[in-house]
Amino acid sequence: MVEAAIIVPAILNGLTTGAVYALVALGLTLIYGVLHIINFAHGALLMVALYGVYFLYALAGIDPYLALPVMVPAMFALGYVLQRYVIGRAGHGKDENVMLVTLGLSIVIENLALYLWSSDTRTIETAYGFSTVDLGVALIAVPKAIAFVGALTVTALLWAVMRWTDLGKAIRALARERRGAQLVGINVEHLYAMSFGIGIACLGAAACLLLPSYYASPHIGRAFVLIAFTIVVLGGMGSFVGALVGGLIIGVTESLGGLFFGESLGKIGVFIIFIVVLLFRPTGLFGQRA
Amino acid sequence: MKSAVAIVVLLLVLIPVPWLVRSGFWLNFAVLSLYYGFLGQSWNILGGYGGQYSFGHAAFFGTGAYAGAVLQLRFGVNPWLALVLAGVAGGVVGAVVGGLSFRYGLRGSYFALITLAFAEVLRILADSLGFTGAGVGLQIPLHPAATNFQFAGKPGFYFTMLVLTALGFASVWYIEHSRFGARLMAVRDSEDAAHALGINVYRVKLAAIILSGVLMALGGVFYLQYFLYIDSDIAYGPAVSIAALLAPIVGGLGTMFGPLLGAVALQLLNEISESAIGSAPGLNLVLYGAVLVLIIAFLPEGIAGLMRLRLGPWRRRAA
Repeated sequence: MVEAAIIVPAILNGLTTGAVYALVALGLTLIYGVLHIINFAHGALLMVALYGVYFLYALAGIDPYLALPVMVPAMFALGYVLQRYVIGRAGHGKDENVMLVTLGLSIVIENLALYLWSSDTRTIETAYGFSTVDLGVALIAVPKAIAFVGALTVTALLWAVMRWTDLGKAIRALARERRGAQLVGINVEHLYAMSFGIGIACLGAAACLLLPSYYASPHIGRAFVLIAFTIVVLGGMGSFVGALVGGLIIGVTESLGGLFFGESLGKIGVFIIFIVVLLFRPTGLFGQRA
Repeated sequence: MKSAVAIVVLLLVLIPVPWLVRSGFWLNFAVLSLYYGFLGQSWNILGGYGGQYSFGHAAFFGTGAYAGAVLQLRFGVNPWLALVLAGVAGGVVGAVVGGLSFRYGLRGSYFALITLAFAEVLRILADSLGFTGAGVGLQIPLHPAATNFQFAGKPGFYFTMLVLTALGFASVWYIEHSRFGARLMAVRDSEDAAHALGINVYRVKLAAIILSGVLMALGGVFYLQYFLYIDSDIAYGPAVSIAALLAPIVGGLGTMFGPLLGAVALQLLNEISESAIGSAPGLNLVLYGAVLVLIIAFLPEGIAGLMRLRLGPWRRRAA
């Protein structure tokens, strides 16, 4: 029988993965909350960030965690430019079109990566990669523990920015009422691009925290994108708290699913949660309304 | 009636192609164009005429392909009979996906997401269960015979695909000339208005997704018989879902000829790029993605819209 000695570490592992999932989902939920679009290119952009961290390490010898100050602004800039000059323009403001544009972008980015870097999976080896911390009940790999703390810190930071800064206030105003925000002098195009940029910057942070215990490959984004969608839907579209709680729930679900049903079939639990939540409670746990 | 004539003329023109085109390369090109046009037509019924954008049409395609393969391999069913049964299976999956998501009022991005999730669940199942061959996939043994839905040469596949194309055209012709189609387009244009007019929105959308699912599943069986192999990624992976939506969007959404037009254009683009840059993994899809973005940015009505734009003033002068 499965005992606590196996279940507890599985739950802890799930929580650490879940925190990083939450970070990925946070960007998605921010973009949805403000722009009301579903960014199908989210996974592909995470993949780009993972390669960024990988190459910084492989070519310049920069430690993934020290790459944070490079990756976060770089991904922010990429997101800003994409929204302002590609997605915003090509979409003509119609939801279906925006959806298809982000889908098209994800196809371009994923396959460009496949072309440039082949389908090899790339990992890095760090001095701390295999060390563990003893939590008393279980051992946790150091990179996972750092990812957990890091993801929570970034989430808290983002929440504080949205809550207390002028930028955050403007973005929240825009999210609530576009016309009204425009009337009080908010530059809508700029702030849409800022929000998208911040959402993508979260991916930069997530990639730095992920790579020491994970890998980069052209199709890696796919694995994350549906999980991130699930978290966003579960937590409630546009809700920060929801993304965090949803991320942790999904992380644990996946971990326990893998434990009980095996690596391959275990993933199905996440999608079943996704379908069930979409059907019965599309507003999610913390969502305002559909 | 004019459009019916156009369809019949087009099909008649396409019949002699295998005798005129001797090169295997171009005949393969013709088969694949019809095939992608057919997948696109299936998507077009739900997405173009019904306004419900599915990102997971692989759910129907893969079910068709697996039904065809499992019925042949495990139950010894004749492939032509398997084709019919696979169509039914696709319709059932359509009814389940549509029944659930439309019953609970999922629209727009939510609908796109849930179709994606259904396809992914089916992919994982196909990848894990024994009777679908799990990770290894299923291979159909080679027994070339027309009665066995395996032809010695390309013309047999071409004519099969032409019949399926005719079926696709008949479906959209019906949509454009029936009350059901009028209701479907009313739902697309404004669901609330359609509801207010007394249209049973749920039933109309459900019928559209079932029809779309049946056709897509037939496409899946055709793929199986043409390539004689499927695995979970081919059958339920995102590539086929994207192929299905790309053709009508490029060609012209919600038009009868758009999907075929788009499929031919994309096939041409594919061949040109391959001969220009060589075939490298991923490169043709980079091009497809870029075309998708550019079409939406500059030609939201697709190639068919471009033709209308060009023909419009000319027509008026002629009249």
